[in-house]
Amino acid sequence: MLADRATLLLVGGIVALLALASLITAVLKSRQPAGTLNPVIANLDARVRAWWVMVAIFSAALFTGGLGSVILFALTSFFALREFLTLTPTRPADHRALFWAFFVVVPLQYVLVAQRWYGAFAIFIPVYVFLFIPIRCAVGGDARHFLERTAKIQWALMVCVYCVSHVPALLMLDIPGFSGANARLVLFLVLIAQLSDVLQYVWGKLFGRHKIAPVLSPSKTWEGFLGGILSASAVGAALWWATPFNPWQAAALSLVITIMGFFGGLVMSAIKRDRGVKDYGNLIEGHGGVMDRIDSICFAAPVFFHLVRYYFT
Amino acid sequence: MSSASDLLAAALRLGCGVRQLPADALPTVPCVFFANHSSHLDFATLWAALPPAQRRRVRPVAGRDYWEKGPLRRWLAGRVFRAVLIERQKVTVATNPLTPMVDALDAGASLIVFPEGTRSPDGQIQPFKSGLHHLARARPTTPLVPIFLDNLNRILPKGDFLPVPLVATLAVGAPLAFDPAEAKTDFLVRAQLALVALQRP
Repeated sequence: MLADRATLLLVGGIVALLALASLITAVLKSRQPAGTLNPVIANLDARVRAWWVMVAIFSAALFTGGLGSVILFALTSFFALREFLTLTPTRPADHRALFWAFFVVVPLQYVLVAQRWYGAFAIFIPVYVFLFIPIRCAVGGDARHFLERTAKIQWALMVCVYCVSHVPALLMLDIPGFSGANARLVLFLVLIAQLSDVLQYVWGKLFGRHKIAPVLSPSKTWEGFLGGILSASAVGAALWWATPFNPWQAAALSLVITIMGFFGGLVMSAIKRDRGVKDYGNLIEGHGGVMDRIDSICFAAPVFFHLVRYYFT
Repeated sequence: MSSASDLLAAALRLGCGVRQLPADALPTVPCVFFANHSSHLDFATLWAALPPAQRRRVRPVAGRDYWEKGPLRRWLAGRVFRAVLIERQKVTVATNPLTPMVDALDAGASLIVFPEGTRSPDGQIQPFKSGLHHLARARPTTPLVPIFLDNLNRILPKGDFLPVPLVATLAVGAPLAFDPAEAKTDFLVRAQLALVALQRP
């Protein structure tokens, strides 16, 4: 698949955007009095640097064709699951169920994606794994908090593995007139979801006054939410030429991606608050853990996948 | 050998999700690191997280009865980790466990000890055995550094051999001062509480 003109333009646009972000950060840093650094700017600097690394890895995976993307998202799932289950109390009787989750469920789900076996990919986790996990925990013989424990493991697999696997699953869709170009769908989804996060942050920092969910996520404001999703959707509409959609469809799908992304962030924040932590991990400098970066994609990917599958294949 | 062991340390850190401690987090002189014990991975993780200078001089203190069984354990204890093996069962004057520990400290090594004596079955910190006190009394100026290891009992619990790749954490406390006037039981409780204090609430 590779480097067709539209894909190169998209990636080039992202690189230009990051270059602009680096430039702005450098200007902001140089305006600080010598020897001091505002923590917001320090964090911005770390975030932009991490973005360069993430974009490099993501583009490299995209340009290797299907398998690279499948492997990248399998690793993403693995690390997200690791962060999620680290925060989630389980009991010794669940140990083997967890072992299955990491070393059998994650690889198998992505093998199904790589084989483009839609029927098995869609039901493997919600049917077979969701029955297997409670069975394996029950065999462990410990009844304390049983429902809670199994629900936590199931939900971890749902969010970190099942939802995330819908991103590379976009590569298996047969869209008339778009064959061989599905990598651009992956790029479109990830770009709009992440851009929406960034724009919500920027709009919120500049104009945010009215908090949406002060308990769950104090940084989310109505101004950030509306400004972010509308501007990201406008960008999505403007990128229609890289997708199988017309401008209106691209706008509508972008709106779905951004709104689901917002709620993904909200739900994952609720889980963090419940566990009493600020971030899921510290793997990505300035951003927190893998889960902090992909929370919006988790919720947007399955809905985007099924809308495209239903209406465009 | 040193680059191979650096590589092993990096692999262990990746596997357990811990970061290398900054060099200024620990004293640079020979120390006694004491930690809670809940998993076979405890020593390896702590070893891997130490800054290189401390890692090169550190030696774990381990039970001779367990680590001299079979060629693999003997090779790991002897060649890879240079363990200070001590007697846990038939302790006589000739096999006084204190002697090899003090000799190692005097030769410039740091020690890792698990004062609970054995792995905790559920991750709760067990009462300390008196070895730490004997060691502190024998070398009162050696810093006693408490290190709390979290989650390793979930990664590789006692009684299982399949690890689950969760993220471990490691918290370092301020070195304990030894006071010869303090009663042994008071010292041991104080040392245990120093570890408990490092536990996440």
